[in-house]
Amino acid sequence: MEWLGLSPNEWTAVRLSLRVSVWATLVSLPFGIAVAWLLARREFPGKAVVNGLVHLPLILPPVVTGYVLLLTMGRRGPIGSFLDEHFGIVFAFRWTGAALACGVMAFPLLVRSIRLSIEAVDRRLEAAAATLGASPILVFLTVTLPLVLPGIIAGMILTFAKAMGEFGATITFVSNIPGETQTLPSAIYTYTQVPGGGAGALRLTLVSVAIAMAALLASELLARRISRSMDLA
Amino acid sequence: MTLVVDVSRRLGAFNLDARFETSGRLTAFFGHSGSGKTTLINLIAGLERPDRGRIEIDGRTLVDTDERVFVPTHRRRIGYVFQDARLFPHLTVRQNLAYGRLLSPRADRWADITRIIELLGIGHLLDRRPARLSGGEKSRVAVGRALAASPRLLLMDEPLAALDEDRKAEILPFVERLRDELGIPVVYVSHAIAEVARLATDVVLLAGGRAVASGPADEVLAHLELSLPESRDETAALVEVVLEGRDPDFGLSLLRSPAGLWRVSRLDAPTGARLRVRVRARDVMLALDRPTRISALNVFAATVLGVTETSDAPDALVDLDAGGDRLVARVTRQTVATLGLAPGVPLWAIVKAVSLDGTAAPGRAPLSGLAPTGPIARS
Repeated sequence: MEWLGLSPNEWTAVRLSLRVSVWATLVSLPFGIAVAWLLARREFPGKAVVNGLVHLPLILPPVVTGYVLLLTMGRRGPIGSFLDEHFGIVFAFRWTGAALACGVMAFPLLVRSIRLSIEAVDRRLEAAAATLGASPILVFLTVTLPLVLPGIIAGMILTFAKAMGEFGATITFVSNIPGETQTLPSAIYTYTQVPGGGAGALRLTLVSVAIAMAALLASELLARRISRSMDLA
Repeated sequence: MTLVVDVSRRLGAFNLDARFETSGRLTAFFGHSGSGKTTLINLIAGLERPDRGRIEIDGRTLVDTDERVFVPTHRRRIGYVFQDARLFPHLTVRQNLAYGRLLSPRADRWADITRIIELLGIGHLLDRRPARLSGGEKSRVAVGRALAASPRLLLMDEPLAALDEDRKAEILPFVERLRDELGIPVVYVSHAIAEVARLATDVVLLAGGRAVASGPADEVLAHLELSLPESRDETAALVEVVLEGRDPDFGLSLLRSPAGLWRVSRLDAPTGARLRVRVRARDVMLALDRPTRISALNVFAATVLGVTETSDAPDALVDLDAGGDRLVARVTRQTVATLGLAPGVPLWAIVKAVSLDGTAAPGRAPLSGLAPTGPIARS
């Protein structure tokens, strides 16, 4: 990628970051919708605990979150070893681990955005759908979900942006291996640790800014199109 | 269609405890705000559960707390027109209409969408979204959406309450056409007596969460104040008339009913229109001899059918048969004694005023012209 003046290594970091962020966003989305719906609509024992757990990554130092991931999802961690043995899924020191760390760190933002949106849905519309013959699942798919779409998109953009910038938990959990776990922030960090790395750090910083701006613009455009299609604008 | 309701439900300090049966083509739930009307139709629709009781439609149990039966809303196939329309904002009018249709069992789809669209006059709105509709248009689309799902019963919760008078006049004819042309049983919730008088074949009166009276509309409204003392002035007989024409000299409209010819102030309805007028009990005077040289224009020969004393005033309601029309007059108990009013007594009924509110909408097309059976036809 000569035209940007990025070295092959730098370009690898950019691509890895994009891949990690996209996967973190897509994989956490169904869970985010499910948890947001539970928190918005259901009363159950331990709701406060679930709510707290979901928000924990927002408050904890990222290093702590990364360390907890290492302890539980690492090769010798209880969940990590189970997944490795039965499904062959390994997180430790792989890009998948980086995606997991990013997904966990962004999860509170995703859930919060979707939850607020679900809470704003007029439940009387759902009652109307039921009188027209829609089962609860159909009501969710045909009324609730479309009305929550703006919140889902906002949540996805936030998640993506957060994942692009995630550093602490990622580096703690999966370290900083070029080509495998060295994401954009890790690459910038590495540059700042070596003499003469200033130019590289600046290049990657510009790329970072460009990607963040693009994500914001995309969300803005999508939101506008959706609200126009609903004649709400 | 027969609807059997026997339910109770407690909501804070309010206690709904209603029991009635109706098989009217259009049954109005009439009562003041807070009388439990909406709770009652929510129970019928399955949007709320009764604490105790049973609801049945044509022998099919929807709820029975003793038998632990509760058919969920989406399996009841009961259409619901909400006061606030509740159209889906993310769908066009066409998609709103298609929604319930697609979900209705194929074998039970009686609704003809083309006909519904035409009946409601919403053909030009199909590609719009609800945000771009006026209040009256929203109401009509909401009715259409409920009908398109081919319901077995249509519930309408004050569908006109949020509309101004002009919009009401726009919707009322459509409700009449539902009743007369589609033949779908309707339960219509209202606190407006004029709407009830115009639309209902049967009435369930609700007060304080109880069904205090139910039966054919004319009977219930003729004795309204016996069950609902605060509606004293609305106690009225419903008389079905045909507009015969106009008196050329004085500009009065002439109405024909079995009782005779009624002269009322000018009506904007075409000759031949069938109308239902309300004759309030307070506007009917009684005389044993034929009155002459009086100002009232409408004097009919009648026979006393019965005398009912009202509970909290020194009044009595006198039911009359005027050549086949049923009238009701409110007089004092003293009058009953002095005139010797008792079943079978022949006398003269003098009608001071005829209320036409809720019959023909001024300046509108005749309803009967649209409905072959006539808007006041009764089954």
